[in-house]
Amino acid sequence: MIPAAFDYHAPGTLKEALALLTQYAGTAKVLSGGQSLLPLLKLRLGQADHLIDINRIPGLEYIREEGGYLKIGGRTREAALEESEIVRTRYPILVDTARVIADPLVRNRATVGGNLAHGDPGNDHPATMLALGAQIVAVGPKGERTIPVDQFFKGLFTTALEPDEILTEIRIPSPPARSGGAYVKLERKVGDYATAAAAAQVTLGAGGALERVGLALTNVGSVPIHATAAAAFLVGKKPDAAAIGETARRAAQASSPNQDRRGSVEYKREMARVLAARALTKAIERAGGH
Amino acid sequence: MATHNIRVTVNGEARAAEVESRLLLVHFIREGLRLTGTHIGCDTTHCGACTVLLDGTPVKSCTMLAVQADGHKITTVEGLEQDGKLHAVQEGFWEKHGLQCGFCTPGMMMTSAALLARNPNPSEADIREAISGNLCRCTGYVNIVKAIQYAAQKLKEAGHAA
Repeated sequence: MIPAAFDYHAPGTLKEALALLTQYAGTAKVLSGGQSLLPLLKLRLGQADHLIDINRIPGLEYIREEGGYLKIGGRTREAALEESEIVRTRYPILVDTARVIADPLVRNRATVGGNLAHGDPGNDHPATMLALGAQIVAVGPKGERTIPVDQFFKGLFTTALEPDEILTEIRIPSPPARSGGAYVKLERKVGDYATAAAAAQVTLGAGGALERVGLALTNVGSVPIHATAAAAFLVGKKPDAAAIGETARRAAQASSPNQDRRGSVEYKREMARVLAARALTKAIERAGGH
Repeated sequence: MATHNIRVTVNGEARAAEVESRLLLVHFIREGLRLTGTHIGCDTTHCGACTVLLDGTPVKSCTMLAVQADGHKITTVEGLEQDGKLHAVQEGFWEKHGLQCGFCTPGMMMTSAALLARNPNPSEADIREAISGNLCRCTGYVNIVKAIQYAAQKLKEAGHAA
């Protein structure tokens, strides 16, 4: 398959890239890893007159802890996330997530920023970032702004990014002691989008009750589902099986899946419940709760 | 129609070409360079038949533009053999019957070669994980895993001999 014709630009600096985006406003797409964008253009489900390739801009791939945050450069490859020592030891939920995105070959190109900016509710990072309470850094002609991730996903393939902005960084608050997170995904086969998946990030208080709970679901709605009410139910409670079960039930209630080849509405909602309970249990275990 | 002049090193040889913006890397390799060992399978980023190495890292060449390879090193299956001698991975696929129809084999071998360059001593789980983006519809993967284990062993012996 061959994409419809477009012009290709490979700016060497972020400034140049932003100027091109402004110049071709509305007809340009940012090319990061390209593992979603190029298939869309090949299948002619998407169209762009201009591709702005950010792969030649230095300084967009990094993973570092700084000022109370884990900072991930927007173009950081999924493979780099999987291999990162900081991520492996301090943010296992990110390893859980990266490892189930597409397949290892795709992950050598696919980027964390792209996974978020694409706005596909089937992508895996959105739920994880919601659970973690991450912030998205976007740079545009008017400068840099920070968007809380719970205000980032606006609709199917639609995010808070303006057409002339580029996602440059993801900031994740460094979790306090006795924190843990997990991402659990049900997929039909390697490389598939989730039938359903759940991300949980928790912090335990001194008495063993939950101090903070972040909970979100993948691919069971037109946007990633941030299960805030369900998470609030668990805060202040001891994490026993009954409390976890009820939280998961409430999270699944907040979902609104569509029937498709991956299953019926009822099946997906039930899987969301099961996966939410598993993600919470694993997160609490990792926090040192069991 | 926008075109670009690119320079790439393919299997150690410097190549220059004028390419259209939308030309996919796999089409450049197969039709531009006439290196038809790299296959096009699903054409939708699933099957991995088109896998080549980009600066040593395996990628799906149907999901990259040729112009993006400008300034980079590409290795295709034709580049595995050195001085008339098969790469250990090629020998492994031969010895262990790691193929039946052979369609997935070039991509499978590129992924395997990259795995062994990074991890000379992979477990069976490491191997299965590494090739999970390469689909084979004939073998059931058992002999492919054996072929890669054979290659790992051969490379280890060669390392000791050297």
